Amino acid sequence: MSTTAHSVVSPGRLSKSIAGAVVIIYALVTMIPLAWILLTSLKSPPDSISYPPKVIFEPTAEGYCNLFTTRSRQTDEYIESLGPPQGICDEITRKRNMVIVGESNYWPRFMNSLIIGFGSTVLAVFFGTLAAYGFSRFRVPLADDLLFFILSTRMMPPIAVAIPIYLMYRELGLSDTAVGMILLYTAVNVSLAVWLLKGFIDEIPREYEEAAMIDGYSRMQAFFKVVLPQATTGIAATAIFCLIFAWNEYAFAVLLTSGEAQTAPPFIPTIIGEGGQDWPAVAAGTTIFLVPILVFTILLRKQLLRGITFGAVRK
Amino acid sequence: MNERFLTTLEGTADAAARSTPPAVARRLRGLSDRAIAWIFISPTIILLLAINIFPLCWAIYLSFTNYRANRPNAEVKGVGLRNFERVLTDGDTWLAMQATAHFVFWTIVLQTLIGFTLAYLIDRKFRGHAFWTTVILIPMMLSPAVVGNFWRFLYQPQIGLFNYIVSFFSGVEPSSFQMLGDVTLAPWAIIIVDTWMWTPYVMLICLAGLRSIPDYIYEAAEVDRASPWRQFWSITIPMALPFIMLAVLFRGIENFKMFDMVVLLTGGGPGSTTELASITLKREAFESWRTGRASAFAIILFVAVFGLANIYVKALNRVKQR
Amino acid sequence: MSRALKLTLGLTTALSLTAAASVSAKADELTLCWAAWDPANALVELSKDFEAQTGTEMSFEFVPWPNFADRILNELNAGGKLCDLLIGDSQWIGGSAENGYYVKLNDFFEAEGISMDDFAAAAVNAYSTWPKGTPNYWALPAMGDANGWFYRKDWFSRPELQAEFKEKYGRDLAPPQTWDELKEVGELFQGREIDGKTVYGAAIFTERASEGITMGATSAMYPYGFKYENTPGSYDMEGAVNSPEAVAGLEAYKELYKCCTPPGYTDSYMTEGLDAFKSGQVAMAMNWFAFFPGLAKDENVGGDKIGFFVNPKQNIAASTLGGQGISVIANTDNMDGALAYIKWFAQPDVQKKWWDLGGYSVHNDVLNDPSFKDSQPFAADFLVAMNQVQDFWQEPSYAILLQDMQKRLHDYVVADKGTAKEALDQLIEDWTETFEDDGKINN
Repeated sequence: MSTTAHSVVSPGRLSKSIAGAVVIIYALVTMIPLAWILLTSLKSPPDSISYPPKVIFEPTAEGYCNLFTTRSRQTDEYIESLGPPQGICDEITRKRNMVIVGESNYWPRFMNSLIIGFGSTVLAVFFGTLAAYGFSRFRVPLADDLLFFILSTRMMPPIAVAIPIYLMYRELGLSDTAVGMILLYTAVNVSLAVWLLKGFIDEIPREYEEAAMIDGYSRMQAFFKVVLPQATTGIAATAIFCLIFAWNEYAFAVLLTSGEAQTAPPFIPTIIGEGGQDWPAVAAGTTIFLVPILVFTILLRKQLLRGITFGAVRK
Repeated sequence: MNERFLTTLEGTADAAARSTPPAVARRLRGLSDRAIAWIFISPTIILLLAINIFPLCWAIYLSFTNYRANRPNAEVKGVGLRNFERVLTDGDTWLAMQATAHFVFWTIVLQTLIGFTLAYLIDRKFRGHAFWTTVILIPMMLSPAVVGNFWRFLYQPQIGLFNYIVSFFSGVEPSSFQMLGDVTLAPWAIIIVDTWMWTPYVMLICLAGLRSIPDYIYEAAEVDRASPWRQFWSITIPMALPFIMLAVLFRGIENFKMFDMVVLLTGGGPGSTTELASITLKREAFESWRTGRASAFAIILFVAVFGLANIYVKALNRVKQR
Repeated sequence: MSRALKLTLGLTTALSLTAAASVSAKADELTLCWAAWDPANALVELSKDFEAQTGTEMSFEFVPWPNFADRILNELNAGGKLCDLLIGDSQWIGGSAENGYYVKLNDFFEAEGISMDDFAAAAVNAYSTWPKGTPNYWALPAMGDANGWFYRKDWFSRPELQAEFKEKYGRDLAPPQTWDELKEVGELFQGREIDGKTVYGAAIFTERASEGITMGATSAMYPYGFKYENTPGSYDMEGAVNSPEAVAGLEAYKELYKCCTPPGYTDSYMTEGLDAFKSGQVAMAMNWFAFFPGLAKDENVGGDKIGFFVNPKQNIAASTLGGQGISVIANTDNMDGALAYIKWFAQPDVQKKWWDLGGYSVHNDVLNDPSFKDSQPFAADFLVAMNQVQDFWQEPSYAILLQDMQKRLHDYVVADKGTAKEALDQLIEDWTETFEDDGKINN
């Protein structure tokens, strides 16, 4: 059919390029803060707080070195008495009249994020898949109420949830433990997992299982051999959403952990250097922390919509 | 990479399924569908009862006491409704509620306007739109705490980038205004960061709404010679409305709960200008340690969120049915 | 099914075990918790001797000041096992002693022959005892500290500034002696071009979240005559907290904030103040003595360019107290190791090395040494300051009291709400409510 230039069905070339230009400008502007994080991570501390801000500077690994080490200021004589510097970080540190005294806590906190993130994701997806199948295929009494109840647990402000959890964990000895955090994140994520996976499983035709059961499969076998393989895309997408939540979470982490099980988000804002906040190190820590999320965003882009709306919008 | 990742997963599941030992299978075969349903659902329900409902009941109990978590040895006394009375008559509670309302209202307005516009433009399907959409989506995937912390740096009046960019376009002296320290600007500073972060979210949902409108409706309008303006207001907007409302619902709930990003940006300051409800609650519960009173406040907030969300969902359903 | 299930269970168990294993520390390991700041790095260096002598492996958990109280008190209340040793703030003693979070050290001191008479009396009272004024010790004084000031000596000595100042005020441009003088000097520098850069008068504490603005404003209010109670221990705050002198002190702090601070210093505490000074933005700055050794050695602003002064007087001489004692956490798994550390730390020669490395020993052998005053450019000022310190409430409810004061002060000073009198009147109301809840005042 023939279209006019302003038709919505098939927009004209001019309106397309104007739209494209506006969207691209918006995208570039919103990328400025992220680009600035990356640039700052490559600056020296004086460059990072220079006034006015520097766009052109000499890149250095100092931010990354400072992120992974703790340092102490020493006299020139003492530094001269040491042997030749070991590696690039040692060299940079000594130029500032300091010596590396040990490793920082960044790496352990990053590992905590990984352990707690993956632990809670595995559990949430496991429980979520079972429950979603149950809701999808069987007539569960009060199913709608139960599903709404599962969702409503997400409406509580995290601080409000944290008050009794704090007391409960104190009694159970779960304060500042990975187990405690995994349980908590599992409980928060399982609601998302149930809702999302129910949507995915609803889309798998029941006829597949019924055919399998006619062939002699039990209900369980049908679930494992027919439904699960069909649902892998959905399960993978759900898992990534759970992982991202646990990875980004701050409020519970800051209130319920203090060291042993602390994750990266409450740690990164507390990275400081000698005297002031060490912005290059903060930026370096932020950069490393954000990279996995960028990868996941690209992997997930097709499922994103579904994930963020609890499966309410499926495209 | 994506596909390989998924195939690997598929393979694992297959292997797991094939290896189900006959004994287990035989035992499970005998289970009725109903039993299976309950076996499948109960772990989730039990987990939620233990980690969500039991603590909630505990909080309700505590809200009627003078309990303080940092005085384990002190005697716990019932105080009736005094905690609720104190929270509701405290002027600071209402200031926090006002700050929260201001934040929720303006973030929703801005994100809906910008998000819908972007979705409308992306729906023109210009070349490369898929790539740029993915780029735009990045901010909403990041950790709000980490983002808030870094924006604090961007907002520094002397060394931060934000003031310089504003200065470049407006000619105002960069150190002449302070986004985070000024009583009038700070509430907008947190709105700007939230909008930067969450506009993509609204955009994505609106885009789904726009794409759900079947072409034939426009074609029919075209035949009727309806102007593009009229098409927009009588087809596009009404048909996308349920999606927009859904986006508003999710953003509303999320921002009513807002804590992490704002705490790291302003910590509630200057004074109490950006002290949102969750921040007040955190101070009460984990700094002042008046656990009983904090529990009362938590319950008031929960009831408020739950009530408002329910009213809203009713409205949403009415729009959908139209 | 079984394999997937086993995998999940196995993974979960493995995770739980790692977590459990990491909680129970080995007997020869000690974790010391403190704030993340310059002296903490010095302590790491100092502790290497202890590690070498005893074979104990020390690890450190340093929390930045704005989160320090928040996180460590949270940890103590949660009954966590993160810290074996804690260098905790003076105000925490009351609560930590009453809740049994700290080990009472009297018997240990007696058995090991550690005498509190070897330490400065004011420091022992502030950092170790609860209830105040009784010989019940819950900590060993670890780090003396007070709020002091430093300034750009090189800027102060510029002839053109000297002349301009003298003409205007009839006296030499020198470190201010009173809060009135402080403001005059601040105004001289505010907005001036020095070496092609705009500079400002002074960096002061305005931080909202933890304790910043209270510590800063009390440095003005104490010298003007602010008191917490009319009679100590009676909780009669009316006429003390909101006395005309207290109001004048708070107004003076706001005036200094309005006239003489760099733009954007609306939520600044130690680190922001140091940044401002080190980047050459301000002529003067208040901060804790703890940072002075690092400042004196700073590449850009240290050496000849920096001078130090005690908190200015007004009606009386007073400084805001900082500093901490070192305590043993009651539920540590390594009690012997923790006590051994305290014993080692109390030795006079270790205390001496502590001062040399940049920590503030309050051991009498160090302070009374004739060479002490000249050992550092700020050593004499430190002695003066420690003799005139005043501290915030040390009540078990101190956290609530502090939150109230933070809010009222920030609302008045930074957010321009109400008057100084109103702010202090409201503060009395807030505090009265807390003391009534605690049963300290009958209502």
